[in-house]
Amino acid sequence: MLRVLNKIFRTGVLTETPPVISESELERCGIEVRRRIDARFGGSLAIRQVDAGSCNGCELEIHALNNPYHDVERFGIHFVASPRHADALLVTGPVSRHMEAALRRVYNATPAPKFVIAAGDCACDGGEFGISYASCGAVENVLPVDVKIAGCPPAPLDLLRGLLAALGEGSDQS
Amino acid sequence: MSRFDWLPDFLAKLEDASITAPCGPASGGTPASLLVVDAADWGRVASVAISFNCRLAGLWGDQREGKIMLFCCLERQGDYLLLRTAVPLSHPELPSHTFWFPSADRLERHARDLLGVIFTRHPDSRRWTRHRAWPETDYPLRSDFPAAGRRTTKTPQDEEYPFLRAKGTGVYEIPVGPVHAGIIEPGHFRFQAVGEEVLNLEERLGYLHKGIEKIAVGRDSAGLARLAGRVSGDSTVAHAWAACQAMERAAGIEPPPRGLALRALLAERERIANHLGDIGAICNDVGFAFALYQFSRLREIWQRRSAELFGHRLLMDRVVPGGVGVDLESNGSLSLREDHRLLRKELNGLFDILEDHPSLEDRLLTTGRLTAESARSLGSLGYVGKASGQGFDVRHNNPYAPYDRMEVAVPVFEEGDVAARVRVRMEEVRISLDLLDCLLAGLPAGEVRQEMPSLISSAEGVGFVEGWRGEIITYVRFDGEGRVARFFPRDPSWFTWPALERIVLGNIVPDFPVCNKSVNGSYSGHDL
Ligand code: SF4
Repeated sequence: MLRVLNKIFRTGVLTETPPVISESELERCGIEVRRRIDARFGGSLAIRQVDAGSCNGCELEIHALNNPYHDVERFGIHFVASPRHADALLVTGPVSRHMEAALRRVYNATPAPKFVIAAGDCACDGGEFGISYASCGAVENVLPVDVKIAGCPPAPLDLLRGLLAALGEGSDQS
Repeated sequence: MSRFDWLPDFLAKLEDASITAPCGPASGGTPASLLVVDAADWGRVASVAISFNCRLAGLWGDQREGKIMLFCCLERQGDYLLLRTAVPLSHPELPSHTFWFPSADRLERHARDLLGVIFTRHPDSRRWTRHRAWPETDYPLRSDFPAAGRRTTKTPQDEEYPFLRAKGTGVYEIPVGPVHAGIIEPGHFRFQAVGEEVLNLEERLGYLHKGIEKIAVGRDSAGLARLAGRVSGDSTVAHAWAACQAMERAAGIEPPPRGLALRALLAERERIANHLGDIGAICNDVGFAFALYQFSRLREIWQRRSAELFGHRLLMDRVVPGGVGVDLESNGSLSLREDHRLLRKELNGLFDILEDHPSLEDRLLTTGRLTAESARSLGSLGYVGKASGQGFDVRHNNPYAPYDRMEVAVPVFEEGDVAARVRVRMEEVRISLDLLDCLLAGLPAGEVRQEMPSLISSAEGVGFVEGWRGEIITYVRFDGEGRVARFFPRDPSWFTWPALERIVLGNIVPDFPVCNKSVNGSYSGHDL
């Protein structure tokens, strides 16, 4: 136990020390996200992530949003286990035909007002997989999409920028 | 022990069973022998193979005009033996291997769903990869099936899959998925439980089927490498390498030594990144958030270095046909060496903590056991196999360049529980760090890439690469115009998903997440 405490103590809080990429950009972006979430969602934005056909690359980067360097919870963003608790859907992958019905059901289970973010090139335009007998291609071919975040996969900072853009839309709902 | 010293005995055994099968080297530089078998003997060859302790490592079909060629890849003592047979398209029937090799089960059902091959005496007549995207009478991998498909309406939900049912007082069923609670890939799990104990688990996969094998057709080598790098995004280096290796063998070229060394460097980086992520996540699944914090921190540092030096956080599209698309400057080498030193130091402390933390011991030891017997019969690979006494690693048992000039240690444990699967990962991180230093120290000078010939006509090749999940086997065939005619990447998850069904038996339902994470099969790499 002492060793655990010692390690925690020595590791310290990483969230604000800037290593390689520009952390100030992360901060700036995050604080702006926080401001908009406070205004529109009463302080917290609940996201339900849905892999609708991804290669799992996008999921790894979405996971990284929660690591101590990015720690997006501090900006009021958290990932929830059920669409019924969600304000937004974060959808990755081209929509495989085998996930098409499940994705629609998730969308229908999400209470309105809701918005849909397509994350990654596949979700934006079908990416490397496109449209085929097994793939519907872009998420917008199945659901109305509010915001697209490009990248294969989008890096955590790109995801955060995309969320910022998403929150900027439809300010009339605030 | 020399390569294939068992093969003469094996062939003699076949002859005793009056099976005539001409044997020769497989095409190109593929390090395998090829045995051409009559379709009627297909099952009997498997029965001889199992008596020889061969492992079934892959099985796939390939339509060529009026025929379907079937391939089965066996492995023994690190030697690969490809069996090949042909059945007419009008009557594509042959005996199933599943009776002898349970690991053939889902691969055969996949071949049936996509190519319409009928495996007689297969114990399970249910579909596997097919849900409702195409009808039972259509076979997407046949040449007369359009890649765009024929469906013009919404794809209905797949509701009629005949799951096994358990009956009895107190038995209840828990359906989970395809959409799970966390940020993970989709798949369906059907549990039968009594109280908290799992009586049976049945997996239903295929939700991520994206038609990868079909949309590969017609691509050039660069396009196929990009697609292969997206079979399973966490294994992008390994899958791209296996596909490129197959294509290079078909073309009869080998990348320059520096290109090969850099491939290995990228592959070991990928292994470390994934193991770090998994170790943290497994501990977190039993409530030890400290480990998640620490290991996701280390993983993030690692990925940032990948972005800085190689231009991509997950290293996608860095492995290209003929070599790699990036080079490493000498100061890059220096930073890497320093990274390795620091990571080693951190891990020494962290691993010590994990090794004797009482709450981890309590939750991980004896949880989710896979016996050596099950692992062997299911052909389980990678850390799942290594934690259950199966010490196979392509880098060690059939080393490809540059591993042919290195000693790759293979950690093997007998316990087969979640703790052992964590331990294999810890050992592999350490071993990979040593390999990385060794690669940097001996990094050859020169080019990183060789041009692919402009036309690779009517040629085939097989790639064998040890990804972080285990052995990947990839088959590529080019048509007369130099376009890809067949691509089949066999992810190790084909043989670890079935293991998960056994691993959870007798465990409590709440331990399923940690069991699942300790196996961490790829859904995308399996569903294709
Ligand atoms: S955008 Fe790239 S990383 Fe994301 S699912 Fe598609 S191929 Fe994978």
